[in-house]
Amino acid sequence: MRRMLLKRCLFGLVTLLVVSFVVFLATQALPGDAARAILGREATPERLAALREQLNLEGSLPSQYLNWLGSLLQFDLGTSLAAKQPVTGMIGPTLVNSSVLMLSAAVVATPLAIVIGTWSALKKDSAVDHATGIVTLVLAALPEFVVGILLVLLLSTGLFHLLPAVYVGTPGQQVWNDPAQLVLPALTLVLAVLPYIVRIMRATMLEVLDSEYVQQARLKGVPERTVIIRHALPNAVGPVAQVIALQLAWLVGGVVIVEYLFRFPGVGFQLIDAVANRDLPLVQALVLAIALFYVVVNLLADVVTLAANPKVRTAR
Amino acid sequence: MTASAAPACPTLVVDRLKIVGVPSMAVIIDEISLEVRPGEILGVVGESGSGKTTLGLALLNYCKSGTRVDDGSVTVGNEDLAKLDWRAVRQLRGRTVAYIPQSPASALNPALRIGTQLQECLSGSAETVLSRVREVLREVALPDDDAFLQRYPHQLSGGQQQRVAIAMAFVARPALIVLDEPTTGLDVSTQEHVLRTVRDMCLNYRCAAVYISHDMAVVAELADRIAVMYSGRVVEIGDTADVLADPRHPYTRRLLLAVPDLEARRPMLGIPGHAPSPLARPTGCAFAPRCPMAEEHHATEAPAPVDVGPRHTVRCHKAHLRLPPVSVSELPRPVSAAAAGQPVIEVRSLQAGYGPIRVLRDIDLSVQAGECVALLGESGSGKTTLSRCIAGLHTDFTGELLLDGDPVPASSFKRSRDQRRRIQYIFQNPYESLNPRRTVGELILQPLRALHGRVADPAEVVARALEQASLRPDHAYRYPAQLSGGERQRVAIARALAAEPEVLVCDEITSALDVSVQSSLVELLRQLQSRMGLTLLFITHNIALVRNIAQRVAVLEAGRIVELGAVEDVFARPQHAYTRSLMQATPNFQLPPGLHTPVVSTATSDAR
Repeated sequence: MRRMLLKRCLFGLVTLLVVSFVVFLATQALPGDAARAILGREATPERLAALREQLNLEGSLPSQYLNWLGSLLQFDLGTSLAAKQPVTGMIGPTLVNSSVLMLSAAVVATPLAIVIGTWSALKKDSAVDHATGIVTLVLAALPEFVVGILLVLLLSTGLFHLLPAVYVGTPGQQVWNDPAQLVLPALTLVLAVLPYIVRIMRATMLEVLDSEYVQQARLKGVPERTVIIRHALPNAVGPVAQVIALQLAWLVGGVVIVEYLFRFPGVGFQLIDAVANRDLPLVQALVLAIALFYVVVNLLADVVTLAANPKVRTAR
Repeated sequence: MTASAAPACPTLVVDRLKIVGVPSMAVIIDEISLEVRPGEILGVVGESGSGKTTLGLALLNYCKSGTRVDDGSVTVGNEDLAKLDWRAVRQLRGRTVAYIPQSPASALNPALRIGTQLQECLSGSAETVLSRVREVLREVALPDDDAFLQRYPHQLSGGQQQRVAIAMAFVARPALIVLDEPTTGLDVSTQEHVLRTVRDMCLNYRCAAVYISHDMAVVAELADRIAVMYSGRVVEIGDTADVLADPRHPYTRRLLLAVPDLEARRPMLGIPGHAPSPLARPTGCAFAPRCPMAEEHHATEAPAPVDVGPRHTVRCHKAHLRLPPVSVSELPRPVSAAAAGQPVIEVRSLQAGYGPIRVLRDIDLSVQAGECVALLGESGSGKTTLSRCIAGLHTDFTGELLLDGDPVPASSFKRSRDQRRRIQYIFQNPYESLNPRRTVGELILQPLRALHGRVADPAEVVARALEQASLRPDHAYRYPAQLSGGERQRVAIARALAAEPEVLVCDEITSALDVSVQSSLVELLRQLQSRMGLTLLFITHNIALVRNIAQRVAVLEAGRIVELGAVEDVFARPQHAYTRSLMQATPNFQLPPGLHTPVVSTATSDAR
C-alpha cells in the first residue's frame, strides 16, 4: 500500500513537471517575441529590453526553462506586470477564496450525491428513481453558467429576493465572513457536479445490490440498514471516488466561469483578468496552481480507491 | 440413516409450492411437496434451469427479483413462512434457516473482515458472540485466533472460504440449513473436506439440511434422501439407497447413467433432447418428449405423484412398470495407441511461468497421432498453462515444442498458417468463447477466413462442420444466445473442426455444462477421434472423465507431471501418492445391474 502511494505521488510529480513544461511552452516560448506580444507594436526598444530582462527571455529555450523552473521551486513566481507586485502575494488570497468556494461545493455535493444515488438505486424503477434520472440528465445537459443565471433569476432577482446576485466584498474582508454571498456560486457548482456523481453512484450501487454478498447478507438476517451501510456502500464507494475526483477537478475549470458570473474574487476571476491584461507571470502561476489542484485531487481519489479495496490495503 | 428411525416431527415441510415469474407468470417451480426431518440431509438434484436454486431460496422466504410465491406453503419448525412479517422473516433467516451459497468467493463480502461477517449473524453481548464464533470456527477446522478473524476473504484459499461460509451458517445453530452447490468449483480433495465438514456439522447439531447439487455422485455420497427435479417439479423422491438401487423415473435413471463411472465399467450416456425452457413448458409430463415410454396423452396430462415404496414417490404415468434397460449403441473404436505411430506433439523440458512465478517445471510429454491424452490436475496445477503453451497462447516459456518433429515458435502470431491450422483450441466456457453478435455460420467460417482468406464454398463448409458436431443445418443461422450450453460447446467444436485440425486441445470443455450434456459431448469427441483420426489433448480435473475418454493420462501436481502412462495402468496401479489421493477423494457410486443393455465387448475393451 505504502509503495503504491509513493508510486502515485511520483506520477503526480511527473505530471506536474509535464504541465510546467507545457505552460512554459504555451506562454513564454511561443514563436515570436513574448515581450512584444505583451507591450504591443508601439513599444520602445528600451522598454522591450527591460521586459525581456524581467521575464528572463534572454538565452536559449532550455536554459530559460531551467531558470524559470528554478525560481518556481523557490516559490518565486515573478512580478505581476499589471500590479507591479510579487505574484506569490497576489494569488494567495484568491487561492484561498476559490478553495473555500470549491470546498463548500464539494462538501455539500459529495454526500448529497451519494445519498441520492443510493436512494435512487434502492427505489429502482419507482417514480422517485425516474424523477432523479430526468432531473440529473437535465442538469447535466445545462452549462453551468445557464444554471447560475437561472438560480440568480429564481433566488435573487426574479421570484424570490433572498440572496445577493453578485459578490460584493469590501477589501480586507474574508469571503467566509458573509456566507450568504457564497451560497449562489457554491450552489451553482453543486448542481454542476451533482448529476454525474448521482448517476454513477446509482449504477454502481445497483450492481453491488445485485451481488451475491448482499444477497448472502440478507439471507443471514442482517437488518436492511446494515446491509446497505456495512455491506453495500463500502464496495460501491471505490469506483465512485474516481468520478468524484474527476468532478472536483473539473470544478477548478468550472469555477472560472462561475466566478466570473458572480464576480467572485477567486482564481478564475483573477485568471480572466490576467489574460486580459497579458500579465504573463500571473497567468503562469494561476495555471500551475490549477494543475497542482488537479493532481492533488486525483491523488486523493486514488488513495480513497486503494483504501476502499482491502486487497490493496493488506498487500505488502 | 435416519429414515429407519421413528418418524420425528419434520423440520421442514413444503406443500404444493408454486413460484412464478412476474410479470410473465411463467411457472418456475410447481407442486413441490417434500419434508425433511431433523438430522436428515435431503439432496436436491437437477440440471441447470430445473428450479432447484429457486426452491432453495424459497426455504428462506427469499424470492429473487422478478419471482414470487403463487401458491403452496413452506413450514419450518411450526411456522408458516408466508404468514411472517418482514421482522420475523429477518429473525428466521440465519437463526432458524441458514444458507450456504454456491460460490463463497462472491458471497463473502470482499470489503469486510471474516470476524465481522461471522459476528453479525448473532446478537447478544460481544463476548458471548465472539466465543461462539471461535467455537464454530474450531468445529470447521479453521484457526480461531484474532489474526484469522482479522483476515479478509481474499486472504483465504477457496476451501477455507467455503468453510467460513459453513461456519457462518452454523454459528446461530439453525434448525434447517440450505446448501446451494457448495462444492461446485472446488477441487476434489477440498470438496471431500467440505462434504465431511457438512456431514459432521449436521450430525452434531441434529440439523436438517437441503443439499442442492447437479452432481449425482456427490449427493449419493452425502444425502439420506434424494429429490430429483426436472423442469420445476420433483419427479422422484426417496431414500438414497432406494433411488440408487431402483430408480423409477426414466429421468432419474438417465441422470444416473450420465454420471461418468470412475472405473469406466459402464459407458457414459447423455440424455437425448433438451429440457423445456421455463417459458414453454408442456402442460403434461415435461419429460415426455425425451421419454422412450411416452404415450401420446402424456404430453397433455400431468402425472400424479405415485408412492412406489416407503417414502419413495415418483411422478410418472408408468411408475408401476419396470423400466426397460437403456439400450447402448456400440461405441466407436478409437485408434489404439499401438497402431498410431508418430508423435504429433512433443514437449521437451518445458518451463513456463507468469513473470517471476514459475507454474510449470520440467514438462516432457509426447502425444501420438490419433490418441487422446488427458492432462489431469487440480486448479493451479498448471494444466491450462501447458495447453496454452502448446496452442501458442502463452509465450512465457522455455524448452522445446515440436509439431511433427519440427520446432514451432512460441507465439501463435509467429507460427505459419499451416501450423496454426493443425492445432485448434476449444475453451472452457462456451458462454464466453462465442461472439454473441455473429451467427453460428459466421463463427464457424471465422478461423477459415483467418487462415485462407476467401472460402470457396462457405455453405458447404458450415454444413459439414455442423454435421460433424451433431448439430442441425438450421443452427447456422442462429445466434449463440439462442442455443443451450451444450449446443454452444458443439458450435465451438464445429468451429475448430472447420479448420481441419490434427490436434484438438479441449480445455475443461465440459466443466461449465450439465452432466447429461457432458456425456453426449464425450461421446461426440470419441466418435470424432475414431472417425477422423483426431488427436486430442483433454484437460480436466475430473478423474472419471479421464477414464472414459483418454488412452493416456498425465497427472499434474504443482507444475510437474508426477505420473504419466496408460489410463488403465495409472488408475489400476497408481504409483504416485498424489494420484492415489485424487482417486480416493473422488466420490463414486455403484449402480445396480440392468439399467442399460450390455455393451458389445469390442467397444469397451479397445476404449483404452
